[in-house]
Amino acid sequence: MRREAPQKLGDYGPLFFPAMMLIVFFVVPFATMIAVSFFQRQQGGFYVPAFVFSNYERFLSLFFANVLGFSLMLAITVAICCVLLAVPFTYLLTRMARKVQIVWLVALLSVLSLSEVIIGFAWSTLFSRTAGITNLLVMMGVMSEAKALLPSFGAVLTGMVYQAFPYTVLVLYPALVRLDPTLTEAARTLGASPIRAFFTVVVPALRNTITATLIMVFIFALGSYLLPQLLGRPQHWTLSVLITDQAIYQSNMPFAAAMAVFLVLVTLGLVALTVMAGRKGEAA
Amino acid sequence: MSGLVLNNVTKEFGTFTAVNNVELTVPHGTFVCLLGPSGCGKTTLLRMIAGLDLPTDGAIRLDDKDITKVPTHQRELGMVFQSLALFPHLTVGENIAYPLRIRGRAKEEQKKRVEELLAMIHLSGYADRPVSKLSGGQRQRVAIARALSISPKLFLLDEPLSALDAKLREAMQVELRQLQQKLGITTIVVTHDQREAMTMADTVVVMSKGEIRQAASPIEIYRRPADTFVADFIGSTNLLEAEADSAGRVTVLGQPVSGVSLGAGVSKATLSIRPEDIHLTAPGNGALAGTVTFVRDLGGTIETFVDIAGRQIVAVSTPRARPEVAVGQPVGVMLLPDVCVVLAK
Repeated sequence: MRREAPQKLGDYGPLFFPAMMLIVFFVVPFATMIAVSFFQRQQGGFYVPAFVFSNYERFLSLFFANVLGFSLMLAITVAICCVLLAVPFTYLLTRMARKVQIVWLVALLSVLSLSEVIIGFAWSTLFSRTAGITNLLVMMGVMSEAKALLPSFGAVLTGMVYQAFPYTVLVLYPALVRLDPTLTEAARTLGASPIRAFFTVVVPALRNTITATLIMVFIFALGSYLLPQLLGRPQHWTLSVLITDQAIYQSNMPFAAAMAVFLVLVTLGLVALTVMAGRKGEAA
Repeated sequence: MSGLVLNNVTKEFGTFTAVNNVELTVPHGTFVCLLGPSGCGKTTLLRMIAGLDLPTDGAIRLDDKDITKVPTHQRELGMVFQSLALFPHLTVGENIAYPLRIRGRAKEEQKKRVEELLAMIHLSGYADRPVSKLSGGQRQRVAIARALSISPKLFLLDEPLSALDAKLREAMQVELRQLQQKLGITTIVVTHDQREAMTMADTVVVMSKGEIRQAASPIEIYRRPADTFVADFIGSTNLLEAEADSAGRVTVLGQPVSGVSLGAGVSKATLSIRPEDIHLTAPGNGALAGTVTFVRDLGGTIETFVDIAGRQIVAVSTPRARPEVAVGQPVGVMLLPDVCVVLAK
């Protein structure tokens, strides 16, 4: 359907409400944060309006570069793990009976209702030496003695994948439900085994959805600051942890703001790169 | 025997029997249409031949090899789906090359074959277009070319032309038949359109409620339907109840007729007479007496509706043999013995 371009100011009417919400809840706080990132910090936890770059300068060190690199690496790993698990899972889910699908979706939604703290403590119990899953393995005779699986990178990754998995499934679900099931059948009649049909037809046909999902999980994982502290060692702490630390415990708002702005810029840059790569692939 | 043989093929979904005990032989190189109303099991039968559904019972043999349990991708067949199922992320050429790519054929060979097929479907030069930029008829051709790219042993089509408009559909029917004859490939088409079946098939298989009612050449099905269902489903027909007394004298709708026999020892039967076989005359002389209730003049054909003892029958004639009748006028209906098909009650 072709629509006419808006003629009068009144035609923009429907946009006022969302625009207001966006300004009040996003533009204003974000602008405040950018402003604060240039302010001068004072001893005792206060800051005065100024225009200094010292907060950004302090950030340009090897230590923070490492933390930033680790945060990005962790978020990318979480995004890839989630998508690798969720695409086959959701694909099989959409081929199940309606009733079974509802049960699974309700279960996934109930995971969403858990707070990050509860997820963190639950996993720290499961990974502990005294009450963890290794005790089960010992009982089954797979392991000789129980041991603690945390703090470790694996524990952080597991916790974050667990937390992001329901979101991933819920984002993929509509696209997979809409996927014409005869596409896979056609691939099979044309000589592809079910697994090859999945990789040569289902995955490529969903490429845009998968890219969008990767970006979403990546951004979601980048903001995680509790699980790395609960399940990891200090070297597994992300930039979000440091931002929280600076803002709340060190009372250094300008520096926390500068780090947050930097993180947003890097994230936007990466997302733009991904989208551009996707466009290029499409044109080729 | 080479070709496709179905023995006792049955498919049950829970308590519902979709296909019941089907016996069918499709000799190599023939064109078969599975024809029937929706829900008659024709698509399920095709899916079993393709291996997309497994039969509950029975066996499917292709060229003397039992393929009942062979997975779809090892059956070396080509199939066109009702939705066409063209891969949206691939171009026209890549879609057609897909079966070759899956089989690991060389790039050069793939390219050559795609060009051959595009020429065959009159779409040369379209290889690099995305499938979303094609018209309905062009997509149809691409789906056919893709199914034929490995020169399959079996060519299966599920309601392939149903998405096209009437004119294009008629043209594609002729084209598909000519293509099949040129390639000599064993072809099975599912359709609910009897014109389509009559146009294309060597053998029409009429199905109803999961069973085969008749399998014969189109003209045989039309001229000598096996039962009232087939007579009524293929073309239009007049079905009239007939009774015979012990001496073999036949009455139709309570009026005696001469020259028609129901066969020895048969007291009740149904007569099927095609509208174009009904001869209207003056009343009397052994004709059934009736009254004209309506005349529909379509230009090319004239349909005369006649009421005989409360039953409406239709006679079709050409403008050259226009019957001299008017609405409300009494008329005689001659039943010529050689065009009446006697169907068991």
